[in-house]
Amino acid sequence: MHQAETGSLDDLALVHQAKAGDIGAFGELVSRYETRIYRLARNIVALPQDAEDVVQNAFLKAYSKLDSFQENSKFYTWLVRIAVNEALMKLRRRKSSKTVSLDEPIDTGQDELPREIAVWESTPESQYSQTELREILDKAIDDLPPIYRAVFLLRDVDGLSTEETAEALDLSIPAIKSRLLRARLKLRETLTGIFKRKGDDIFAYL
Amino acid sequence: MLTCKEFLNSLNEYFDDNAAAEIRALVESHINTCPNCWVILDTTRKTLQIYKGMEPQPLPPGLHDRIMSALDKRK
Repeated sequence: MHQAETGSLDDLALVHQAKAGDIGAFGELVSRYETRIYRLARNIVALPQDAEDVVQNAFLKAYSKLDSFQENSKFYTWLVRIAVNEALMKLRRRKSSKTVSLDEPIDTGQDELPREIAVWESTPESQYSQTELREILDKAIDDLPPIYRAVFLLRDVDGLSTEETAEALDLSIPAIKSRLLRARLKLRETLTGIFKRKGDDIFAYL
Repeated sequence: MLTCKEFLNSLNEYFDDNAAAEIRALVESHINTCPNCWVILDTTRKTLQIYKGMEPQPLPPGLHDRIMSALDKRK
């Protein structure tokens, strides 16, 4: 089928065609979601080459497991679940001594409480080039434990609902909510260290 | 009136598009009297905005074709 024809179909129709053996229909699903899946992978595994492997393996696995897709959730949510598992496997291989899991117990120490309380420059993003800003933001995400990265990315960057995120990550809704809050507060903390209004430091010495 | 801890625990809900008016009102009345929490709310909001405003990383050149040719081999 030509792109012009597949382009207007909804995901489920494409899934049906792909299940019936139409690889072009699956190709349209790849085109639709590869950028979002790449962003997710890139932010979980950090290394660009690893992220590429994750994306490729996720789509291959999705294609081979397509018959097991029950269609009671969105295709994208199902795909994210596969991609996140691929990404975590990749991380495990990189840090073979350390287990990486979305279920890691959360430390309940003081670190969740905001420490850095300072107003920001009025438009901090305008003081950096797009490349510098991206590095700052990616680095901040990279400093989060993997469990927080996926939750933050899916909820706040990719725009999935709490319910969809819970389904994609196979976690409970309260677990998603608590991880999201901690992720947001940790990122705020990191970015405040970089973006806070410079003059305010002076008061520390008075 | 919320305590600072309750304020923190309400932050997620506050940023939810479907937040109840009651939660919004409670959070807003807290930050009006608590400058530190005002800063936390303001900088958290900016954190979310800055991430949402980022253009997605461009897909590495050739990745799409590599996926498609790997799929073709699986046929």
